[in-house]
Amino acid sequence: MDLMFFYSLRNLLTRRLTTGLTAAGMALVVFVFASIVMLAEGLKKTLVDTGSYDNVVVIRRSAVSEVQSGIERLKASIIETQPEVAIGEDGRRLLAKELVVLITLEKKKSNSPANVIIRGISGSSLELRPQVKLSAGRLPRPGSSEIIAGRSIVKGFKNVGLGENLYFAMRPWTVVGIFDAGNTGYSSEIWGDVDQFMQAFRRPVYSSILFKLRKSSEFESLKKKIESDPRLTLEAKREADYYREQSEMMAKFLRILGQSLTIVFSIGAIVGAMITMYSAVANRTGEIGTLRALGFNRSSILVAFLMESLLLGLIGGFSGLFFASFLQFITVSTTNFQTFSELAFSFKITFEIIYKSLLFSLVMGFIGGILPAFRASRMNIVEALREQ
Amino acid sequence: MAPVIEIKDLTKSYRRGSQSIVVLENLSLDIEESEFLALMGPSGSGKSTLLNLIAGLDKADSGSIRVRGTDISSLSENGLAKWRAENVGFIFQFYNLIPVLTAFENVELPLILTNLSRKERKEHVTTALRLVNLEDRMEHYPRQLSGGQQQRVAIARAVVTDPTILVADEPTGDLDRRSAEEVLGLMEKLSSVIGKTVVMVTHDPRAAKKAGNIKYLEKGVLANAPQASFPECI
Ligand SMILES: Nc1ncnc2c1ncn2[C@@H]1O[C@H](COP(=O)(O)OP(=O)(O)OP(=O)(O)O)[C@@H](O)[C@H]1O
Ligand SMILES: [Mg+2]
Repeated sequence: MDLMFFYSLRNLLTRRLTTGLTAAGMALVVFVFASIVMLAEGLKKTLVDTGSYDNVVVIRRSAVSEVQSGIERLKASIIETQPEVAIGEDGRRLLAKELVVLITLEKKKSNSPANVIIRGISGSSLELRPQVKLSAGRLPRPGSSEIIAGRSIVKGFKNVGLGENLYFAMRPWTVVGIFDAGNTGYSSEIWGDVDQFMQAFRRPVYSSILFKLRKSSEFESLKKKIESDPRLTLEAKREADYYREQSEMMAKFLRILGQSLTIVFSIGAIVGAMITMYSAVANRTGEIGTLRALGFNRSSILVAFLMESLLLGLIGGFSGLFFASFLQFITVSTTNFQTFSELAFSFKITFEIIYKSLLFSLVMGFIGGILPAFRASRMNIVEALREQ
Repeated sequence: MAPVIEIKDLTKSYRRGSQSIVVLENLSLDIEESEFLALMGPSGSGKSTLLNLIAGLDKADSGSIRVRGTDISSLSENGLAKWRAENVGFIFQFYNLIPVLTAFENVELPLILTNLSRKERKEHVTTALRLVNLEDRMEHYPRQLSGGQQQRVAIARAVVTDPTILVADEPTGDLDRRSAEEVLGLMEKLSSVIGKTVVMVTHDPRAAKKAGNIKYLEKGVLANAPQASFPECI
């Protein structure tokens, strides 16, 4: 049946303008679909890469994230003394009591304000996050008003260059270093000494405790122990899970947004394909009569026209994906709804996105083509032949 | 030997609004093996209607058409399509080639309904195109061919499956004198040399003369000679 395939394909290529326009409509829909899913995927990847599996985050029970959490000093020291906490080479525990607050900074491009995560770090904060590397300047001295800023913050916000002063919590802070945490959420944070921040923000409690497990397998028992301790009212999560959960709501939102947009757009594209195919059927009535006379049955005609429409969809699908794939080179910054802070991430294409987009374009081709193909297959032969 | 086509008491009417017009009424006709029959008659007399019934494109109201013993009026829609693919070669007034396919592919088209291999198909197509003297135009698209050449490609397409009957509705109606002669010569050769049964509808007395047998259809009745009201053929 390869001749019938060429028949369908060449008919599409012969009417270049209508094929081009119809496919462009479909390409646009696939582009929107793919780009939003790529955005959700990029966000997920950024957040999932942020956490390590062997690290544990402890926050107040029922706090959605570190931002809403609070841990009193006494509770913090109970966690600190758990035997499951790993001990570093220098004999100190690999544990960091941290403070997370949001401040507003002005964006470079839009001049509009956006929330930024300020993280007060202590002890082993850096050791616990090997993906964080100082790329310029130095680390802040403990007890000073010095801060270091993540790569994406330096890129996207004003007054955060090396050596510049930033004013928040009623004090100026000097940027003494810039760190790079790759494509993780940390690149969108500002770090400084935890005690300085607690003073400046008048916050008597920590937000979270991060530590490394002595043995990864001890997590479940430790979690049970912490969560059932009536003095604590705390919750323990593997750091990787903590960030995965954070990505879920946003990714879900993007997915729903993507789906509703594509459904609305795809109706337009399907109607376009339907009009194109109906006119193809009308223009080729005589041809359909000829094929039927030669012995092609109704289903062959149906298949030929449906194939044409599916190919049309596929052309749209491939072009939409082609343009969407360029988005990978773009980094965007948006508000993470879980923490209400700004997060930078890139579009990411996956095999699943590719095949789903193509499948989607085929579905559009099918829905647009089925009625016209049906009409073509139901034509009366003699009447069709009369039409020349 | 029994006739290839046996038509008995054929009646066909068309409904136009509330009234129905009888086009063919109790028509009977036998067509012999290798016969080249020309059907003539005034416009609207039902020549095309009869030809379409013989070719299995349309269904009669009553009566029967047997082709090599098969009663085609009893076949289902799909059965009829399959029967046409195996038994009928079509030659149309406007050639009806598929514009997006080359001459070769147009001739190959009916063969994809058979279970011939690709190689066998190629052989058949080449033979058919050689028969109409268009081997050197295989890769040309219909729009690159003259009317006469297109009609010869159509003849190749009609014979490539080696059908039982060839039907032609005014095959020279759109051609100049020379091309028409070529096409008629080919059709004559198909019946006399290869032994095909050919039924041709025509308005052109010169074309009809090429046929071995001429029948006149008028007011639903077949006759061997034209009636007075049909002077153009005398
Ligand atoms: N689908 C149809 N619906 C209604 N009437 C039809 C239909 N097809 C044919 N007719 C009528 O049947 C009659 C015979 O038509 P037909 O096409 O067979 O004539 P013809 O002899 O081939 O004429 P011509 O020489 O002009 O081609 C005509 O009166 C025509 O109007
Ligand atoms: Mg006619």
